[in-house]
Amino acid sequence: MTVADAPAPAPARARIRDPWQRLPGPLRYALVLVVLLAVWQAYVSVSHVSQLLVGSPLDVAKQLGADVANGKIPAATLHTLETLLIGLAIGATIGFAFASLAVFSSVGRDLLAVLTAVLNPLPAIAILPLAIIWFGLSDRSIIFIVTLATIWPVAINTDTGFRTISATTQMVAKNLGLRGPRLVIDVLLPAAMPYILTGLKTAWAFGWRTVVAAELVFGVAGSQGGLGWYINTARYYLQTSQIFAGLVVISVLGIIVEGVFSVIEARTVVRWGMKR
Amino acid sequence: MNETRTIGEPLVIGSGVAIAYDGYVAVESADFVVRRGEKFVLIGPSGCGKTTLLKAIAGFLTPTDGSITLDGRAIGEPGPDRTVVFQDFDQLFPWRTVFDNVVYALGVAKRLRGAAARERANAMLRLVGIERAADKYPHQLSGGMKQRGAIARALALEPRILLMDEPFGALDAITRSQLQLDLNAIWRETGVTIVLVTHSIQEAVFLGHHVAVMSTTPARIVEIVDTSAADDMDSPEFTRLSHHLRSLLIAPDAEHRSLQAVVE
Repeated sequence: MTVADAPAPAPARARIRDPWQRLPGPLRYALVLVVLLAVWQAYVSVSHVSQLLVGSPLDVAKQLGADVANGKIPAATLHTLETLLIGLAIGATIGFAFASLAVFSSVGRDLLAVLTAVLNPLPAIAILPLAIIWFGLSDRSIIFIVTLATIWPVAINTDTGFRTISATTQMVAKNLGLRGPRLVIDVLLPAAMPYILTGLKTAWAFGWRTVVAAELVFGVAGSQGGLGWYINTARYYLQTSQIFAGLVVISVLGIIVEGVFSVIEARTVVRWGMKR
Repeated sequence: MNETRTIGEPLVIGSGVAIAYDGYVAVESADFVVRRGEKFVLIGPSGCGKTTLLKAIAGFLTPTDGSITLDGRAIGEPGPDRTVVFQDFDQLFPWRTVFDNVVYALGVAKRLRGAAARERANAMLRLVGIERAADKYPHQLSGGMKQRGAIARALALEPRILLMDEPFGALDAITRSQLQLDLNAIWRETGVTIVLVTHSIQEAVFLGHHVAVMSTTPARIVEIVDTSAADDMDSPEFTRLSHHLRSLLIAPDAEHRSLQAVVE
């Protein structure tokens, strides 16, 4: 049979044959999750493992429902988010200021280079003992280390974003007579937006880890509040299902924040054709 | 076509302009006069310093010797009285629609806002023929439409002089011819003074009233050719001037002979 004789493949044939692939994405993920939960539940039910070690998904769900209803989880979540957002806001502002300074002056550039080299490798949680000496066992200590955790990802990424702005864009801005804060806000910021969003995402991830870790330490030290503290209290009373409930909340919040960033990206850099 | 507007007194005067940067002399000596209302073309082989000279008129570079004046005053910082259209397709701000790009520029450079700015932006988009793409973001446009948008933004600011750095250099041949025709129409409509950099002989003769031929680096202006009578591409005059420019470009003199010379 010559090539010319070969029938052209019907468009319908070109469709994906794998039935799994034909299902919509969210449904596929939900099914995977259900299977994983079923395996977990089966393990707990069949093996009769001690409830002090592993809570079953059903127990965790019950605990989750109860603690959401009685306000424990909402209060802890709000407390953690509030601490994190304050720290992130301060850290991002400082990081952004550092990056702006680095664009306009060579001293600022060197300052940023030295500070990031020295401070960025430090896990922010390692500063906690120092923060406790300075600010005591208060939320201010946690805000302080969250700030430290978030400055550098924002500063480094924003700086990179500013430096990769095309020469043409910079010349157009100069041609319009833009300078100073107007130049930063109207041109540099949106032009560097893909990098700035990456920086904020990384900062959020760092801040999130830092705040939960710090709350765990504070829970040990007897201070109250936050999801870390909620988990630590559950450990204290050997409420393993409650520990799992706390972890589920943290994980779900992470997914929600990821979704929020996706929406922000869709409305900015994706709409502008700066990111696919 | 070009004769429908009269060309006036000198607007930009360059005398003995030399430009060096990074320890390298890009322009050795350039003398030229751009008259009010004319289309002045700088042509030369790739990398010969014609863009450098344009950037000096725009104020992005300062001559190391000689002077460039606009209306008798030395060129200062870049400003909206000398708007530049670049070759780069990505010169409209991607985070603003085409319309908002023009409106924003009017707000910054002319302090024109509100209905007045919107009206002027619409008029400019009509002038360059992309009023139907007004609400699109730049990344949704073709290269030719992006360049039209950039021209609209540049003209909206009512510059004393419009500087164009190989604006059609990255376009396909058909789009390029269309934009050349349309640029002539825009010029007839507005009478704006234009300095245009190109390495296309056809484009230079077709668009320019005067064509300054530059040698390879360190660049000098070899000759300024009057091409104002050659608008019909099929005319003998057009052919004669094209041949003349080609002879100047390919061997301005033995010393500056270069394989980089672009012959089209």
